[in-house]
Order: sequence, then C-alpha cells, then structure tokens
Amino acid sequence: MQSNAALEYDYSIVKLFMWTTVIFGIVGMAIGVLIASQLAFPDLNYLMGEYGTFSRLRPLHTNVVIYGFTLSGIWASMYYVGQRVLKVSLLESGFLRFMSKLHFLLYMIVAALMVVTLALGITASKEYAQMEWPLDILVVLTWVVSGIALFGMIGLRREKTLYISMWYYIAFFLAVAMLYLFNNMEVPTYFFSGGLGAWYHSVSMYAGTNDALVQWWWGHNAVAFVFTVPIIAMIYYFLPKESGQAVYSYKLSLLSFWGLMFVYLWAGGHHLIWSTVPDWMQTMGSVFSVVLILPSWGSAINMLLTMKGEWNQLTENPLIKFMILASTFYMLSTLEGPIQSVKSVNAIAHFTDWIIGHVHDGVLGWVAFMVFAAVMHMAPRVFKREIYSKSLLEAQFWIQTIGVVLYFSSMWIAGITQGMMWRAVDEYGNLVYSFIDTVSVLHPYYTIRAFGGLLYLIGVFMFAWNFFKTATAGRRLEQEPRYKSPMA
Amino acid sequence: MFHWLEKHPFFFAVGVFVVIAYAGLIEVLPNFMEKARPIKGLKPYTVLELAGKEVYKKDNCIACHSQLIRPFKAETDRYGQYSMSGEYAYDRPFLWGSKRTGPDLHRVGRYRTPDWHANHMWNPKSVVPDSIMPAYKHQFTNVADLETAYAEAVTVKKVFNTPYGDDIKPGKAAFEKYKKEKILPEALKIAKAMKRDDLVKMVESGKVPEVVALVAYLERLK
Ligand code: HEC
Ligand code: HEM
Repeated sequence: MQSNAALEYDYSIVKLFMWTTVIFGIVGMAIGVLIASQLAFPDLNYLMGEYGTFSRLRPLHTNVVIYGFTLSGIWASMYYVGQRVLKVSLLESGFLRFMSKLHFLLYMIVAALMVVTLALGITASKEYAQMEWPLDILVVLTWVVSGIALFGMIGLRREKTLYISMWYYIAFFLAVAMLYLFNNMEVPTYFFSGGLGAWYHSVSMYAGTNDALVQWWWGHNAVAFVFTVPIIAMIYYFLPKESGQAVYSYKLSLLSFWGLMFVYLWAGGHHLIWSTVPDWMQTMGSVFSVVLILPSWGSAINMLLTMKGEWNQLTENPLIKFMILASTFYMLSTLEGPIQSVKSVNAIAHFTDWIIGHVHDGVLGWVAFMVFAAVMHMAPRVFKREIYSKSLLEAQFWIQTIGVVLYFSSMWIAGITQGMMWRAVDEYGNLVYSFIDTVSVLHPYYTIRAFGGLLYLIGVFMFAWNFFKTATAGRRLEQEPRYKSPMA
Repeated sequence: MFHWLEKHPFFFAVGVFVVIAYAGLIEVLPNFMEKARPIKGLKPYTVLELAGKEVYKKDNCIACHSQLIRPFKAETDRYGQYSMSGEYAYDRPFLWGSKRTGPDLHRVGRYRTPDWHANHMWNPKSVVPDSIMPAYKHQFTNVADLETAYAEAVTVKKVFNTPYGDDIKPGKAAFEKYKKEKILPEALKIAKAMKRDDLVKMVESGKVPEVVALVAYLERLK
C-alpha cells in the first residue's frame, strides 16, 4: 500500500502524552532551578520543611525530567511516528487503542505515586532507580503494556520494511526492560520478617561492589536507552520530515545503529573508575567509552549531512534550528563523555560539577531540544492548526541556548576548579585547601548556573504557552502540511 | 542480512537483544561468581545502625556525599585509608554516591564525634560558617523506624546468611524484646554522647529520634 492519504491516524493518545510532556517539563525544570538556587543560596532549603531540602528534591528533579518529561515526549512521538511509518492506524484495532490508553493511565498512576513517595523519602536510593518495589511492579506493567502497543502496531503494519526510527524504538523498549528488571531485584523485608515494619521496604539483592556494578550497568544505560536511543529515533523521523530532505546515508545509519547497540552496554564501567570493581572492568569501561564516539558521531553526522544544500532552512525555520543544535550538542556531549572516561581525566572529573555540566549539555541541548522540536512539529498535524507564534519559538530558541551555554560553561569551570583544589599540595606534599575552601569558591558558578537554568525555564514557559495557544487558538489548517510546519 | 532483519521485526528484536545482552553476560555475571567477601573482622550493621542508614537514605545524604575513597594520596590524606571492596559486603544497597558537594563520609567515624554531629546536623553553619549543607532539624523530633530496620536484619540473615545472632528472629514479640534489650541501650549511649537532653529524654521514653540512629550509623563508618 503506497498511499497514506486514505489512512486516518488516531492522535488522541499522542495528544495526551504531549500534554504531559509540557506539564512535567515545567514541574521538573522548576524543581531544577530551585535546587540549583539552593546550592548558591542555602537558605532556600527551608521553604517546605523537611520536604524542601536539596537532598529530597534532587531525586524528584531527576525522576520528573527523565521519567516524566522525556518519556512523555518519547511516547508521544512513538505513537505518532509509529502509526505513520508503519502505515497503520490505531483506529483499525480497538485492542491496540485500548492498550495505548491503558499505557497512559498506568503511566499517570506510577508518576503520581513516584512523586509522592520520593517527596516522603521512600526510596531504594539507587540513582534513576529510586522507586520501591511496589512501584517497580507497576513500572514493569506499564512497560509491558507499552510494548504490546508498540509490537501490536508493528504486527499490523502495511509497510513491510521497518524505518530507522522503529529500530531505535524497539531497542529502547527491549534494553530498558532487561536492565530495569535486573537492577531492581529486591527482597521485600515485610514478608521475610513475619510482617514487621513498612510493607513497601526492601533490601537490594546485591551487596556492595556487586550492587554498584549492576546499578551502573543500569544507570549508564538508562542514559543510553532513554536519553539517546529513542531521541535518535525522533531525529531520524522529524528532521527529514520538517526539512523535506532524505536521510543522507542509509549505510551510515545502519552502521551507527548496530555499532551503538553493541558498544553501549560495555561503557557502563566508566562510572566506576578508581572504585573497588576489578581493574579490567574499569579499563573496559574506559576503552569502550572512547569507541562509543564512532556510532554516536555517525548518527549526528548523518543528521547534519541530511541538511546538505539546504542550510538556508536553518535561518528560516526555528524547528530546524532546534534540531540542528540538538545534533551538535549530541556531538559535544558524546565527545565530552569519552574524555571524562579516560582514567587520568576521570580522577579529576569524577564527583565534581563537571559531570553535572556534562549531563546537562546533553539533556538540555540534545534531549530537551529534540523533544521541543518534535512536539512542535507534531502539534500542527495532530491539532490541525498552525503553530501559534514563530517569533515566540525563535525567542525560546535563543533564550534557551544562552541558558545551556551558561549552565555548562559554569559547571565546567566549577568542576575542574574543584577537582584541582581537592588534590592541590604544597611543596612539602601537604594538602593546601580544606574541604570548605573548595565549596566556597564555587558560589559564583552556582549562581551563574542557577541563572542559566532560570533562562532555560523561561524558555519552557514560552514553549508551554505556544503549545497551549496552538492547540486552542491556532489558525485552522485545511490540509496536513507536507514538510515545513506552518507557523504564524 | 540487515535488509532481511528490517522486514522481520521478531528476528530484528532478537538480534538487538542478543547484541545488547552480550556485554552484560561477559562483564557483569563473572563478578557474581565471587561472592562479596567481607574483610576480616567486619560485623554486620546493628539494628540501630541500619535504622540510621535508612535515615541517610530517606534524607538522601547521597545527593551530596560519597562513600568511596579513591586510591590517591590526596584522598587518603584527606579522608584516610582508601576504600576496599570487602568493607561493603553488608551494604545493601551500596551508597557510594556520584557527587561530592560535601566531603566523603566513608571514614567520618574516625574524626568526628557524636556531639559534633549533633551541632552540625542541627545547624551546619554553626560549625562551618560557609557550609551549604541544609540543617536537618526535623531529624531531632522524627522518630526512627526501628521495626523496619529490624525487619531488614531478619531478612538479610535469612536470605543472604548475614551473620546475625540468634536473637534476630521474625515476629513482633521478638522485635519488642530485642528493642528493649539491645537497641534502646545502644541508642541511649549515643544520645548521651550527643550531649542533648531532649534526645536523651526521648530515648528514655522508648522513642529513638532519627538523628540518634543516623549518628550511630555515621559513627560506624570507620
Ligand atoms: C547540599 C548538599 C549536602 C547535603 C544534602 C548533605 N550535606 Fe553533609 N555536607 C555538605 C557540605 C558542603 C559539607 C562541608 C561543610 C560542613 O561541614 O558543613 C558537609 C559536611 C558533612 C559532614 C562533616 C564531614 C567532615 O568530614 O567534616 C557530615 C558528617 C555530613 N555532612 C553529614 C551529612 C548527612 C548525614 C546528610 C544527610 C542527612 C548530609 N550531610 C547532607 C553538603 C551536604
Ligand atoms: C531548567 C533546567 C534545569 C536545571 C536548572 C537543572 C538543575 C540541576 C541540578 C542543580 C542538579 C543537581 C546537581 C548537583 O547535584 O550538583 C541536576 C541534576 C540532574 N539533572 Fe537537571 N536541571 C535542569 C534540567 C534537566 C533536564 C531537562 C534533565 C533531563 C531531561 C535533567 C537531568 C538531570 C540529571 C540526570 C541529574 C543528575 C546528574 C548526576 O547525578 O550526575 N536536568 N539538575
């Protein structure tokens, strides 16, 4: 079947996930700005009693932006892109439509419980896997339902060959499932103690160094398979669509995909360099991290070259701006990560703000930019309305770009300063600085970061407003735009 | 082959799975063959210390503190002997952390005292004027959940053979007895060393404030 003109897609589920992208984006990044400000001005820790300290809020920030904002954006795009490249509509199958709605419902339940439990301090204390076992079970359920919807669409597809984006969505689903299950193996204490204590409490199945190993095998790959793989799925669809250009090279996409799949898992060890895990694993983590540059840059270059001969679009279309800057930031942070994985560099970088800088040039510059672009590309098509304001989109782009630059540059300086001060010795080999010296010196950088974060957050509000107005008051479109998204 | 895979989603998925699972098989599993061996003389956490570890998790000190001293002179000078794998044998979960906004705490028990902690947790700035650590005053009134900590001890003894004594056994009655005989006296000692009457009074009334459990845990980090 060639024509998709006849096919009417079901965007109701896409819309739901788009709305939660916007809401979680605001909430998660507002908390981000708050905790950033707390490091600069500690008095801000006491706004909400025990629930308002930096330490309680930090996991809320990470979980809401990752599992709220980013996952919502990914799933909105998965249902949108999935239907379109597979040439199948959810309207054709009541079962799949039901599964997609169930997926959303379960996801909302988990998200609400996650926020409440983390605020209360109920946590398994593993980064990116803080939720306790009852929630883990719900997460698994949600994941399975999302998988049924994904593979259901694939099963019904009319287009036999899977488009590149679908490869990445499949990998995203499988890898997260496998890693999550292993990392969250816990023993609930209530059932082994004759009904004592909190019923939701558990102990990790693994202890000490082994626990660390499994955790970073997961932690690193949560980054890989939530922040990278599905985001690549998105750019492979939305950039060609928005620009009207064909993907530059099929061979390159093939190479980058399988390369990424093979190499990524090995790189988890770079979180454990100089720790007590066996030396050979640290070295493997280091070496494979460097190799990881190849498939990462493969995808990014493939995207940049897709714009070959059409670079003028960069000045004309803000969505292209977002996506091109996203690929560029992807290149930056996939170069930076391997550098930090080199053992001698890691000795300075680990535990410092340089890592935080690295995380955020990736998530703010690459992940969130791509999510914004995807949502704004989808909006005119699912609401059948023109984008409310092009100038607002332009303004968002610039204010957020400035925000990211302030964020990562201040954190680079802060991190390297801190790392160097921790190890500075005088001519007799005595430490020069007490610990608190290395904290006080960071104040200006923490302030700059908080300001950069605030700029970024203002951009998020612009985005939310633009999205809201597009959905409710944008000029109606007669027919679906082919390439460039229409904007007023 | 790749073209063929792209038309056959099932085999495609299997292919992806094998390629990604492969690394885990080679890297992670072998380490599990060697069970975590405690270093000589390492005792499991007492129930009070476990309760303190729960406070550490609940108030998420890991957001700013690591417990991993790396083998560099600058670190061993600052924090003491570098960390060894066997020291973590009873840590479920591990609490190494990934960010040092504050100093490493793996050996903090060697150079800080309970009364220092009492002042510091109440108001860090009163001890270190430039500190950016939040005050944790609520820990002085919140009551530590000893029962859950005890349940954890029972569980790890049963499931992982952690060497606890025979008095750690399931059931409410066993817990109450253990609490009276073991936990409260241990807590009282800490509370007294923290030199705050309100804490001592609370422990005497049978309630252990979170901060007392926490300090028991911090004292244990040596
Ligand atoms: C916002 C980050 C932050 C959080 C959260 C935090 N701390 Fe701190 N902590 C610091 C900083 C900075 C210092 C160094 C200055 C000082 O001593 O107050 C410090 C110092 C300490 C010290 C003294 C260590 C030494 O070697 O002098 C202890 C003990 C400590 N913290 C315990 C805790 C505990 C327990 C918690 C959780 C309830 C916690 N901290 C939460 C930032 C933090
Ligand atoms: C307004 C924008 C944002 C601000 C101001 C902000 C601020 C912060 C701050 C202050 C921290 C703690 C750093 C520390 O412990 O020193 C943090 C951690 C983190 N943030 Fe953000 N953030 C923002 C957006 C995001 C987004 C959009 C994402 C992901 C989609 C994200 C993901 C993370 C992660 C994963 C960490 C943990 C990093 C680590 O432990 O290495 N942040 N953020």
